[in-house]
Amino acid sequence: MAGPRTDHHVILRVVAKPLIPIISLFALYVHFHGDYSPGGGFQAGVIIVVAVVLYALIFGITPAMRAVPPVFARSLAALGFIIFAGVGVWALIMGGNFLDYDVLFNEEPGGHMGQHYGIIAVEVGVLFAVAGSMLSIFYAFAGRVTEIKDEDW
Amino acid sequence: MMDWILQIAPAFAEAHAPALLILLPMLAGPIAAFLPGGGRVAWGMTVIVTGLCTLLSLILLAQVRSIEGGAIISYAMGGWAPPHGIEFRIDALNVLVLLLVSVIAFLTSIFGWPTIKAEIADGKRAMFFGAFQVCFMGLLGVAATGDAFNLFVFLELSSIATYVLVALGSGRDRRALPAAINYLLMGTIGASFYVVGVGFLYAATGTLNMADLAVQLQDVGGNRAVQVGFAFILVGLGLKAAMFPLHQWLPNAYSYSPSFVTAFLAATATKVAIYAMVRFLFSVFSLDFAFEGMSLALILAPMGIAAMLACSFQAIFQADIRRTLAYSSVAQVGYMLLGISLGTAAGVSAGMFHLVNHALMKGALFMAVAGAVLTYQGTRIHDFAGLGRRAPWTMTAFAIAGLSLIGVPLTAGFQSKFALVSALLESGWWWAALIVVFSSVLAVIYMGRILEAVFFRAPANPHKEHGEAPLLILVPLWILAIANIWVGIDGGFVYGLATDAAEALFIGGAS
Repeated sequence: MAGPRTDHHVILRVVAKPLIPIISLFALYVHFHGDYSPGGGFQAGVIIVVAVVLYALIFGITPAMRAVPPVFARSLAALGFIIFAGVGVWALIMGGNFLDYDVLFNEEPGGHMGQHYGIIAVEVGVLFAVAGSMLSIFYAFAGRVTEIKDEDW
Repeated sequence: MMDWILQIAPAFAEAHAPALLILLPMLAGPIAAFLPGGGRVAWGMTVIVTGLCTLLSLILLAQVRSIEGGAIISYAMGGWAPPHGIEFRIDALNVLVLLLVSVIAFLTSIFGWPTIKAEIADGKRAMFFGAFQVCFMGLLGVAATGDAFNLFVFLELSSIATYVLVALGSGRDRRALPAAINYLLMGTIGASFYVVGVGFLYAATGTLNMADLAVQLQDVGGNRAVQVGFAFILVGLGLKAAMFPLHQWLPNAYSYSPSFVTAFLAATATKVAIYAMVRFLFSVFSLDFAFEGMSLALILAPMGIAAMLACSFQAIFQADIRRTLAYSSVAQVGYMLLGISLGTAAGVSAGMFHLVNHALMKGALFMAVAGAVLTYQGTRIHDFAGLGRRAPWTMTAFAIAGLSLIGVPLTAGFQSKFALVSALLESGWWWAALIVVFSSVLAVIYMGRILEAVFFRAPANPHKEHGEAPLLILVPLWILAIANIWVGIDGGFVYGLATDAAEALFIGGAS
């Protein structure tokens, strides 16, 4: 190591940095195309976390934890869970069975608004829950301080 | 006879009881995890939710019993009619399990606060209750669902939450961490086996709904794919239920997890897995398949007997009370499996009866141990010496539950062992009945060792004093202890439920 200013990973960082917004955008694409094509909340959640993991790989775990704090990741997971169950409660309040999207907007028979927006809302819940828990797991492993120093071996 | 419940319950709760039962802890869990107040608020919420779930289970029980022979309540999730949609299907068998899980969860969460305060760090308590609610939800879901794949999802939800709960025992004893990892590996293998089995059944029949599977399997017959699926499911659920050679995860998980978790898991987790096994054995598959009759006679019965003998012996040689009770749990699972392996209505009802009674006694025993450990950190039998004088209320309840575990007359354990022996004799398995009696003698030895130390020996260290457990522990503990005596004197109510459950399986319960 020469001085603190030298950075032999500079090319890696410059190349990787523009990928992060593209990955996030692709996650949203996968999410909203979940109704028509393979994809959906689960896959999109994993892809969004890939963006954060990439950031953590090239800039280090501490800046990543500053950008997306662990407590935010945990709360996001819980919020996703609540959104999913909340859509079910909404259907219950509107007089249908649990998670019955048809009754969400009190439509005439044959209307598909409820099915359309119901599944998207549930998938948003899945997206949040998966992204939050994936990131929490990543932080739990990557943020671990080694208890035994190398010299102690 | 339970119609009054239906008259006072709100119509909304009656119509949606199966969904609400799962929904309440599902919503409360993630909220509880973020409540402030060092876990006190989260605890209050847990008590309320488990209490409401107990009421909902009572409503379901009243609904099932409103018709002679037991009604079947079917709830279509998302309005998608079964067999295509996910169905929650409540009959006389699983309403018993739902009621058991929610009552035990209610009592243990009342009891839990003093032990949680002593064993779990401030910042983790709210998260702990969140994980507990998810575990509770998963167990209820396994019992309520009528969809084979949905059962896997709930099984994994409850198991993953359980691994977290067990690992949180590391504040008291670091050995909780390897115990949790060991449980995680074994539990995941069990769940994978189960899902592989379901995959084979799906390939053979093209359906995942259990009632539909039962019908389709009759047409398909017992071809090789169905047999492989059956084998995978039996091993997978056997792992979760701690069936004899697959029980290695259990003693450590029960010994090192927080007291609250041990009391809850010992009374519910393996019970729910046994329920799932019974559901597959007699409801999805049936005794018409030759391979099922063979696996009952050649696998379940020998493994049950081996558990009764080997694990009772192991229990005798443990120095730690919680390990003694954990090995005894595996042995008691053996009794249930032996009853189930008879393949008769009497046998299954004896198995289910013992399942409920075992939850009552093990819940009480682990609660009493937790109460004693609160004031004196030590779980070896040596540490419990002379405790009968210092904490008479805690230890009298412990003794009642212990006698029930042995099977002394006038306790719940006697009733269910009597039912089991009668069922065995009815099928002509007199040799197995003798083994049940012999295994009970082993129980006299391992419980006797503890009771002798507690009541007749001088304290090991007179300077360290045990105290009586706080009231929050004593009340649920004595409710369970009195339940043990009540079932022992008048077992009619619980035995009736168990008999209804078994009959629901054998008389057209599946279709």
